[in-house]
Amino acid sequence: MTATALAAETSPDRPGRRAWRRSEEARGLAMISPTFLYALALLLLPVLVVVTYSFWTQDYLEIDRTFTLENYRQALSEPIYRDLFLRSLWISLAVSVATVVFSYPVAWFISFHGGVHRNLWLFLVTIPCWTSYLLRVMSWKVILGYGGVLNTGLINLGVIDAPLTSLLYNSNAVVITLVHSWAAFAILPIYVSLQKIDRSLIEAARDLGDSRLRAFLRITLPLSLPGVISAFLIVMIPTVGDYVTPRLVGGKDGMMIANAIQAQFGKAANWPLGAALSVTTMVLVSLSAAAVVLALRFALGRMK
Amino acid sequence: MSFLTQRLRFLPWLPAYMAVYFLFLYLPILLLPVFSFNDAATTTFPLTGFTTKWYASLAGNTAMLEAARNSLVVGVCVALLSTVLGICAARAITRYRFRGQKAAAGLIMSPLFLPEIIVAVSLLMIVLAIGLELSLITVILGQTVFCVPYAMSVLVSGFEGFDRSLEEASYDLGETAFGTFRRVTLPVVAPAIVSSLLVTFTISLDEFILAFFLAGTSPTLPLYIWGQLRFPAKLPAVLALGTIMIVLSIVMLTLAETLRRRAERRTRMASAPPQEA
Repeated sequence: MTATALAAETSPDRPGRRAWRRSEEARGLAMISPTFLYALALLLLPVLVVVTYSFWTQDYLEIDRTFTLENYRQALSEPIYRDLFLRSLWISLAVSVATVVFSYPVAWFISFHGGVHRNLWLFLVTIPCWTSYLLRVMSWKVILGYGGVLNTGLINLGVIDAPLTSLLYNSNAVVITLVHSWAAFAILPIYVSLQKIDRSLIEAARDLGDSRLRAFLRITLPLSLPGVISAFLIVMIPTVGDYVTPRLVGGKDGMMIANAIQAQFGKAANWPLGAALSVTTMVLVSLSAAAVVLALRFALGRMK
Repeated sequence: MSFLTQRLRFLPWLPAYMAVYFLFLYLPILLLPVFSFNDAATTTFPLTGFTTKWYASLAGNTAMLEAARNSLVVGVCVALLSTVLGICAARAITRYRFRGQKAAAGLIMSPLFLPEIIVAVSLLMIVLAIGLELSLITVILGQTVFCVPYAMSVLVSGFEGFDRSLEEASYDLGETAFGTFRRVTLPVVAPAIVSSLLVTFTISLDEFILAFFLAGTSPTLPLYIWGQLRFPAKLPAVLALGTIMIVLSIVMLTLAETLRRRAERRTRMASAPPQEA
């Protein structure tokens, strides 16, 4: 919308086609079109195919192309899928809340106390996120396992007598591992929005008698809200569909919806049902993300 | 609240928190090399002794070398393709203003905000619907969709602040559009482009889900590792492989970061008023 308004303002009324072709708008469109068309063909079109398939049914190997909501009925009413949806949403919500809460102080520290080494700090934060995803998850198995690092360490310290079995192969293990995987994705947006805050506003609040905490709650936190919201979205939406983590550390009780989707495209070979599960996942996670964002805005609005 | 308690509230706690946080971030990665040099087939403490035999076992492993070759091919192609596409989009966004700009950029960046498995599943469906065979090519096409947003963010930060008047001066002096790009624009943005190539290569090297759905019968390194994870006895060798991959990734990311910063400095210098005649 704003881009349209902007373009309408800046571009003069068009004298003719040739002039338009040489105009800024035409050149910009030509420049972005290869990437845009690529995304259209390999992202938007495939997603539309998934939506279409979700209204069809499969009979052995034949696809029946009559419109039906049967797949959605199955996806929403069968207990196994309902449980997986609820657990996936719950895990992604827990992971995004935990990631944002634990990452905020780090982003704040880098922004306010990072000094000249800010870029180095950010770099150190991002490195673990881009190295060996599979083996990082595997590593958590080594840390949380029965004879793992955490149990051995706690026994040696005398905190516990026997290894804890509640660490691995459940939802907690999935949440811990995902919080680790997505840390940088939360820190970066929060950091960016903290950097944009005019520091003199905080000084002014302090000069006028606000305590540090109050100045933080009334100035820094509300102004960093856009960063907090994008951190939420960038963590919550992708984690709902994580496949590897539940498979490796989740055990039987930590399975998530991606494992069911994969099964429909693999062993079970029911594409329309798999498609319906995918679409339902997207819709549910979008709705809950929207609810979280609204709740955050509301809560901060009340605080001021 | 007195001044003293306020100081106690904030200052000593934050560095301690940062230390714990960084331990949390780096512990899983530091464990891989530790167990890859450990002389035991299990990954539990206490360590039994130092060995390099797990690394030696990799050298003769043809399945692993084949997967490494596949990963290299895919990584190079994905890096090139997504960087070229990223250059187009980043330039369109930083240099021009046009209708639908936000919508187009939104679509291109959307893989960042989508569960990866949905991107993978939808690509699988369309690839098979068209009748293409699953192969390394389908992996390349899929990973490129996923890497373009990262390429674009690196490139946009390199292109931003690039002074347009430099290009206009070049046009005025009679240079063609291509000549201007090669002789004026490219030297300034080159570090950002190399940085984007390195970042996208690293992401492709590490990417699992898209490869899992789209690779067919030719595995990449993460797929090979996934296959090995089923056999606990093979874990130390996999950890050795993982250690090598992590070192490689860190080297490439460090290089990319150094170049990205140089790119930022250069664009800032190029847009500053000329110092010398």
